[in-house]
Amino acid sequence: MRLKLKDVEFSYSSVKVLDDVCLDLDEPKFVCVLGPNGVGKSTLVHCINRILKPQKGVVLLDQANVQEMGLKEVARKVGYVPQASTDMFPLTVVDTVLMGRHPHSGWNTSERDLDIVTGILGLLGIDDLALRSFDELSAGQKQKVLIARGLAQEPQLLLLDEPTSNLDIRHQLEVMELLGDLVRSRDLMVVMVSHDLNITARYAHLVIMMKGGRIFAVGTPEQVFTEENIRSVYGVEAQVVTTGAKPYVVPLAACKAPMAGEGSDLVRVEGMAPVGHAEPALPSDMSP
Amino acid sequence: MTSNGVPGTKASPFGLLSAFKGRNDASIKGQYRTYLFNKFLFMLSCGALVVVISGVSATLGSYDLRFLEVYQIIFDHLLKWSEPETVKVFVVWQLRLPRIIMGVVAGFGLAIAGTAMQGIMKNPLADPYTTGISAGAGFGAAIAIILNFGVVVGQYAIIINAFLFSLIPTFIIVSLTRFRRPTPSMMVLAGIATMYIFTAMTSLFMISADPNSVQAVYVWTVGTLDKASWTSIPIVFAIVVLGSVYLQVMAKNLNVMGMGDAGAKSLGVNVERTRVLILAVISLMTAAIVSFTGVIGFIGLVSPHVVRIFLGSDNKYLLPASGLFGAALLLGADAVARTIIAPTILPVGIITAFIGGPLFLYLIMRREKEVW
Repeated sequence: MRLKLKDVEFSYSSVKVLDDVCLDLDEPKFVCVLGPNGVGKSTLVHCINRILKPQKGVVLLDQANVQEMGLKEVARKVGYVPQASTDMFPLTVVDTVLMGRHPHSGWNTSERDLDIVTGILGLLGIDDLALRSFDELSAGQKQKVLIARGLAQEPQLLLLDEPTSNLDIRHQLEVMELLGDLVRSRDLMVVMVSHDLNITARYAHLVIMMKGGRIFAVGTPEQVFTEENIRSVYGVEAQVVTTGAKPYVVPLAACKAPMAGEGSDLVRVEGMAPVGHAEPALPSDMSP
Repeated sequence: MTSNGVPGTKASPFGLLSAFKGRNDASIKGQYRTYLFNKFLFMLSCGALVVVISGVSATLGSYDLRFLEVYQIIFDHLLKWSEPETVKVFVVWQLRLPRIIMGVVAGFGLAIAGTAMQGIMKNPLADPYTTGISAGAGFGAAIAIILNFGVVVGQYAIIINAFLFSLIPTFIIVSLTRFRRPTPSMMVLAGIATMYIFTAMTSLFMISADPNSVQAVYVWTVGTLDKASWTSIPIVFAIVVLGSVYLQVMAKNLNVMGMGDAGAKSLGVNVERTRVLILAVISLMTAAIVSFTGVIGFIGLVSPHVVRIFLGSDNKYLLPASGLFGAALLLGADAVARTIIAPTILPVGIITAFIGGPLFLYLIMRREKEVW
């Protein structure tokens, strides 16, 4: 699976959320998208699986333009795990995961669908929940069920929107390890929106840091998580230390100076070659 | 049901297979099949309930008939068409059966429409009544009846006109969902506002057409099975059956849409188109029913909620089961309406409101705890 974004631009009415986003990912990797709230991370993900239609630019899956593919065709290649929410009319876990087979099957649930679903439940170690109602589950269990549904789509690319946002530390690690294993064992490309810098640093192969609707920096966690980048993207003074060969971000304080106008200091990084932020953050960035 | 025979029991191929393999994996499937089988059983019992209540309902009235006698008369009449014109046959066949069949068709249609509506709108308060679709259809039908469209073009004209007017509330719903991201309560408030407008217009129209028809207007806006006849049944039956088949085919899509628009799209469902199509079908079904019964409320709201308690929310099973339950409920309500202050026959809508009103209140009060 090769995922390529060219000059993708998206606006909600007049507010530009994504501006000129270019990206090229071509091998199974664990990719995390980070950035402050409202920076366009979820929008980016939604443009990839055709939930939203970018006003400009193209999204290519193996050379095919996503906008020219049918919704079902995209759904067979790209799995999506939304944030866990409360369903109004909850189904059982099996039925919830079976929904992931929707793009592949017709009206009837086939034997194969059921095989795939039970297999995935086993893989994630949640077979004991099979006939429980989705809304009775804990947040961590719900998240696993939603991941199971994404996997039931048998995708080559799995998109996740903040899957660890309201999980305790153990469940966060479990989910991340699970995703890491899937990337290795299933040739799956995982693109995940995340807020947790340190968890991301431990597991991601590639980090995409966004600011003001653009890609601000791309690279390995070591390359991207620098004190300058964190200051200019999040407006936070932080200390980056290295533990266990991975960077660890210790936030110190929110920057006093207001952040510079969005988009003024962006460095666009093309391609997936691990390139850190090309220059150190400009001093002008921090002054009013 | 699933493809290979009667699922679920210990003797099913899967039960055996899992016993041999002793794997967790297969036992999930076994459990799942048992679970589906139970749903199937529940549906069967709802069906049986409809048959029984139909029989009981046919015994009610000033002419005395015994329960089993009713079925015997129906079978006899169906088998040999050269019927002996006895009073019994006449009472069953001409007086009571049309009412019962209309009750079954209307109850089934309204309940299935309500279930589908709650599904696509993720809204436990939605049904054709609370969203104003019934009132719109009622107004359209009333106009057609008063202006005598029916005489000129036949009863199809009544349904078509009812359908056209039911599209107005439907259009309001579609535009609300598209542009405002309404909460369920907001949607229902809009629906009730629409309902008031249409009900007022219906009353005005009918009273100005015939100064003596206040009671007729009242009965019409509450809903009744009094006007059921063999001539109106075929068309209503056909529309309800076709609509139900369509909704049943879309059952999986309804499930997927329960995850919200983004989630449903990511699973390959064209959310906007599906929503509009399903609402159009619901409107048509409602229009056909309302054209001959008036506006019967709450069947579409109550049935899915009751059935969900037993069956869960999987629309594939919920739709038919709640249709059957709705049929039983409407028949039962009508039986009560006919007997409670006999010989006066109450409009069945009064009884359904007595059942549905409190449930509606309960759902709104419980709201505090829920997301919406």
